[in-house]
Amino acid sequence: MPDFQPTLLAQVGKPESHTRRVYEQSGGYQALRKVLKGMAPKDIVETVKSSGLRGRGGAGFPTGLKWTFLPPNHPGPIYFCLNADESEPGTFNNRILMEDDPHQVLEGLIISCFATQARVAYYYMRCEYPLAFERTTAALAECYEAGYLGQNILGSGYSLDIYMHRGAGAYICGEETGLIESLEGKRAWPRIKPPFPAVEGAFRKPTVVNNVETVACVKQIVERGVDWFKSIGIPPDPANPRDAGSYGPKLYCLSGHINRPGCYEAPLGITCQDLIDRFGGGIWKGRQAKAAIPGGISMGLLKADEFHCPLDFNGPGKFGCLGLGTAAVVVMDETTSMVDFLLNSCRFFSHESCGQCTPCREGTHWATQMMTRIKHGKGRHRDLDLLAEIGETIGIMPGTTICGLADGAAWPIKNCIKKFRQELEEYIRRTNPTGWMETNPVPALELVGIH
Amino acid sequence: MSTGGRVLTDEMVEAIKAFIPRYPSKQAVTLPALHIVNERLRYVPPQAVVEIAGLLDLAPSQVQDTLSFYGYFKQDQPHGRCRLWVCRSISCALRGADDLLDHLSHTLHVQPGETTPDGRVTLEYAECLGACEHAPCMLANDQLVKSVGHQQADEFVKGLP
Repeated sequence: MPDFQPTLLAQVGKPESHTRRVYEQSGGYQALRKVLKGMAPKDIVETVKSSGLRGRGGAGFPTGLKWTFLPPNHPGPIYFCLNADESEPGTFNNRILMEDDPHQVLEGLIISCFATQARVAYYYMRCEYPLAFERTTAALAECYEAGYLGQNILGSGYSLDIYMHRGAGAYICGEETGLIESLEGKRAWPRIKPPFPAVEGAFRKPTVVNNVETVACVKQIVERGVDWFKSIGIPPDPANPRDAGSYGPKLYCLSGHINRPGCYEAPLGITCQDLIDRFGGGIWKGRQAKAAIPGGISMGLLKADEFHCPLDFNGPGKFGCLGLGTAAVVVMDETTSMVDFLLNSCRFFSHESCGQCTPCREGTHWATQMMTRIKHGKGRHRDLDLLAEIGETIGIMPGTTICGLADGAAWPIKNCIKKFRQELEEYIRRTNPTGWMETNPVPALELVGIH
Repeated sequence: MSTGGRVLTDEMVEAIKAFIPRYPSKQAVTLPALHIVNERLRYVPPQAVVEIAGLLDLAPSQVQDTLSFYGYFKQDQPHGRCRLWVCRSISCALRGADDLLDHLSHTLHVQPGETTPDGRVTLEYAECLGACEHAPCMLANDQLVKSVGHQQADEFVKGLP
């Protein structure tokens, strides 16, 4: 990695980096010009497909493949939704791009829309990002001024409008079909798939939903080529026929008990330890690490002796985590209580469960209630088995929910109980010396007579 | 719902109508409309829901259904001049967010979700504000307040109009 040069973050930190003038000075919108001058949409799809680009929003689905699911020769309209509802705890890389380099995102978005032949795009941004909203809105106006948007872009005959659409504080809107429902003006209840959005999405039309960092990568791939992109990262594991590889640069977010929290660009596959040492400047206060979240809180936990885990799409899975997720690493030092961690995680998911599927709505709330009880010295060893049971039974993987939110809620529970059970048991025994061994159910509140 | 007088001004109505051509369905204007009203009134009273529904050819219950899904729009009374969101998710929690929220709750004499009697501040907890490199952080209306200690929080609140 010694000769690795940041590309996605190359502009970040320069004065006025959010303006079109500065963006164009460093070659901005040349990729778009190249595309509109001589490339067919299918050429771009092919380019992105052969680059091996996988979605940066969390699921890691191959982007080019997702685009090919659109019905061929569709008369339209086809809609493009840019997912800027970044709200996975620990994650802020999209915010950095939208605040400090909004034109890179827009150029990637326009190219992606051309590739998919969308003529209307909705830029769905969470409402807690006021600066990103202001700068992106200003950048959009600059694009219309320059003829990069609107009718007959740069004389190519291609027309595109991009509209900003603000969320209203709901994590579930980051799930692509939740986003679509929210865009349509409804509660953001995810849809059962199939049909996938590529076939029937926003306003019942074929729709592509891509993440902010993903379209920024599209811009870089068109500009620098497939070979450049594939020279970075990790090729597919030959032992795993389902692995599509982990190519390209990635924006890693580092936060928690670290000396230099921040967003750092590195090749996919950097280890958790390298990220912490080389970019994060080590654990704060001269302490030892205890654990880290590998990619947003949904992904679970790595223990300190698992920090050699490579942060590519396959790495965290080998250590029992859900996956790479958003590549947001949250580091916890030796003083961190795993009871506090797990309560915080459970509280987040019970707050953000959309309420549509009962196992998730009830499971996340029961988990929070149990963790609250444990935290307050009323826990029993048996609670850990109940929590583990919730962890095993809620989610799209056990097949009990429509979307993956509950899997994200389950993973921290499962990982924490598996990797830190002893600490949790000790806490329960210490804080509840007379009741920790109780196995009878906690008495329910007495029901007021209904009949 | 409410039978009170009209609450949407002509300006709000025009601002809402300007969104209609952007979408193939009027219902999609629901969130933009709620934001437009909320920015101006600092809440969305039930009568506004009825009027938005009228503009978008929806039943008031459809707008109310959407509104109530999001935790963002207050309906009983306007929030304070500053709506102060204190992040409580993991990166901020690891750097003292729960203490910060307790501290502000104590010094402002309000629980999260409540407004000070003088109408200056509505204290809120937030899930991840996406500014984890500045933990613990707060969002005060449109301003991100970074790496907030108790003293800094006190000074910030003191400086609010």
